[in-house]
Amino acid sequence: MVACRAEIPCSTGVPPVVFGDMGVSPGYQSGSRAGRRCHSEPRAGRPCYRDSRAGRPCYMGVRFLFGALVLLAFPIHTNLAQIKIGAVTCLTGALSTFGVSSIQGAKLAVADTNAAGGLLGQPVELIVEDNGSRAGEAATITRKFIAQDKVVAILGDLTSSATMEAAPLAQAAKVPLLTPSATNIAITKIGDYIFRSCFIDAFTGKIIARFALDRLKAKQAIILTDVKQDYSVGLSDVIRQYFTENGGKITNTISYSSGDTDFRPQLTEVRIARPDVVFLPGYYTEAALILLQARQLGIVCPIVGGEGWDSPALVQIAGKSADGNYYTNHFSAADPSPRVQKFVQTYYAKYNSLPDALAALWYDGARLLFEAVQRARSTDPASIRDALASTRDFDGVTGRISIDQNRNASKPGVILEIENGETKMVQEVTP
Amino acid sequence: MDRLIEILQQLVNGVSLGSIYALIALGYTMVYGVLRFINFAHGDVYMLGAYAGYLLAPLFAHIFKFGEFDTFTPENTLFILSGAGLIMILSMAICAVIGVLIERIAYRPLRERPRLNVLITAIGVSLFLQNMTQYRLGANPKAFPQLIPVHVVEGLGNLTVLTSQLAIIISTIILLIVLRFIVMKTKIGLAMRALSLNPTACSIMGVNNDVVISFTFALGSALAAAAGILVSMDSPSINPLMGNLPGIKAFVAAVLGGIGNIPGAALGGLIIGILETLVIAIGFPQWRDGIAFAVLIVILLFKPTGILGRVEREKV
Repeated sequence: MVACRAEIPCSTGVPPVVFGDMGVSPGYQSGSRAGRRCHSEPRAGRPCYRDSRAGRPCYMGVRFLFGALVLLAFPIHTNLAQIKIGAVTCLTGALSTFGVSSIQGAKLAVADTNAAGGLLGQPVELIVEDNGSRAGEAATITRKFIAQDKVVAILGDLTSSATMEAAPLAQAAKVPLLTPSATNIAITKIGDYIFRSCFIDAFTGKIIARFALDRLKAKQAIILTDVKQDYSVGLSDVIRQYFTENGGKITNTISYSSGDTDFRPQLTEVRIARPDVVFLPGYYTEAALILLQARQLGIVCPIVGGEGWDSPALVQIAGKSADGNYYTNHFSAADPSPRVQKFVQTYYAKYNSLPDALAALWYDGARLLFEAVQRARSTDPASIRDALASTRDFDGVTGRISIDQNRNASKPGVILEIENGETKMVQEVTP
Repeated sequence: MDRLIEILQQLVNGVSLGSIYALIALGYTMVYGVLRFINFAHGDVYMLGAYAGYLLAPLFAHIFKFGEFDTFTPENTLFILSGAGLIMILSMAICAVIGVLIERIAYRPLRERPRLNVLITAIGVSLFLQNMTQYRLGANPKAFPQLIPVHVVEGLGNLTVLTSQLAIIISTIILLIVLRFIVMKTKIGLAMRALSLNPTACSIMGVNNDVVISFTFALGSALAAAAGILVSMDSPSINPLMGNLPGIKAFVAAVLGGIGNIPGAALGGLIIGILETLVIAIGFPQWRDGIAFAVLIVILLFKPTGILGRVEREKV
């Protein structure tokens, strides 16, 4: 498609209307510089001298015929030959570290699958769109996937908030949507076409609370919640519930918002309360600064978070202040099992960096989705849905994944400790 | 006693946050003074200031040993401050040039057009700067190098004041004094004041308005860059969109103080910073961003000229 569009512009003089007829808006064409629209329409019948390289006039009719031939030739070919999967994540904006890893993981899965012969004898095409870490974008992109790209299934979004936007649209259009990383409990309740391949906040919350009670012997805790993120709010609720039910006491819940950089007003409250542990179920962008500012203010108790902490940026920003704190995760690159190490090596060879949890989750999510398409033996949405729902003991790099009756994944998690700027696996927890 | 300490503590937090808003607000208010329009790209100049420091610091890391000191001692204080000061002055210079270029390229061609055109262009420039930075330097948050050791200042009892907060407050005071001197005691400052009073009369008197406007942009952008560096020393995580919210809040601060009025902008910044901190302290952290805009609405309803602003009669 890209190739043919490159033939059309300025030099041929085909009016821009043609783009409309194809049903493709050039606005979505990133990267194809030649695909820019030409607004000057040469009058019919007159030679157009714009093609200066050739040094001779080019007649519109001939060019038009050629263009039409190219147009006819390509789309038929491409439509038949590929299985289109839409992937939506945040490649720019506040959560871009996550987004870039996620898509690298997904692309590795596509490369693996295509190298092994593709799906149903056809190669997989991953259509990647960026939500810019902005609210509202995921919905727009999902509409585009459904109406314009006519994807077989959707992979994404990365965060719970964004997936909440996308999922109702996918459900209404009956296009299977699988999120490899959104952990908020409410997502899969949206409908029977919505799946997830990671564990939910309820599980993370339980591990965090149990760890604080059993290992850290904490009695009193404070929760810091990012009120702008569904992920953080959901996880805070579970931690609070489980921690209080098992004998702990949450003395205060203090909120902050993504995008803030000064957390001292909140931390001043924490310092006065002197809790045994602080729960910080937010994302690394803010968590890093909170860790730093907490230690500066003299708060010495351990701070425990969720998988939202998992980014090299956390330790880069927080420095020594990150040491002695804990977080749960889906995956650890230090896991010695051969399955994980093989993935780590392939990933390193391709991207020259170690995979983080998001890369592993999206790698697994994409492969799980592809495997479901393969088992469904068709691209029919209902068959793929049924195949996804019947996934049992899928052997992923983040552990064995089974999809339960609520379309959530049941799989193990790990607890990591930050020590001298490196993460160390403390224990693995199975559900 | 604990409560008293807490109130004092939150005041310190508020003043250091407010100082940043004050520095940014000055740029808004000065540009408004001479050109009567809101330079919405100003928040992004603040971001560029932080990035300038981020890119410059590694070049001087060997000379000034950034990040190698853990605490201030009487022996190393001067050395550390000269290093951090150099980075800050260089960033201010770079941003001054950027500010002048923005005015020259984007705003000057539109000077005779309706003011709305320039305003919309300013929003365009802001988006351009944000996205260009994302494109060239990546969208990930970056760790800002440690220019000064950040630790609690000794000898204040239970009150926790960090060296970085102290740096913000002291630098702001120095910059305000310098600005006051430039505006009140120098020829170019006189020209700025004349221009804001009446541009036509000012040019009849032989003042080159273009030069004065360029200088105003340079001055405002340099202050924004200083704010960017100071904030990054305090919370060392920078990203291309970091100028968005502080920029808008500083704009509110400028309106609160009386737009066009220089002491007003500084006062407005401090008030917004302290209000923001107090809102969190009394238990409504969700209102942190909301309070600035609530203030904006109240001010526009009841005293549109701001605290120190004067009523300006529309001339016919």
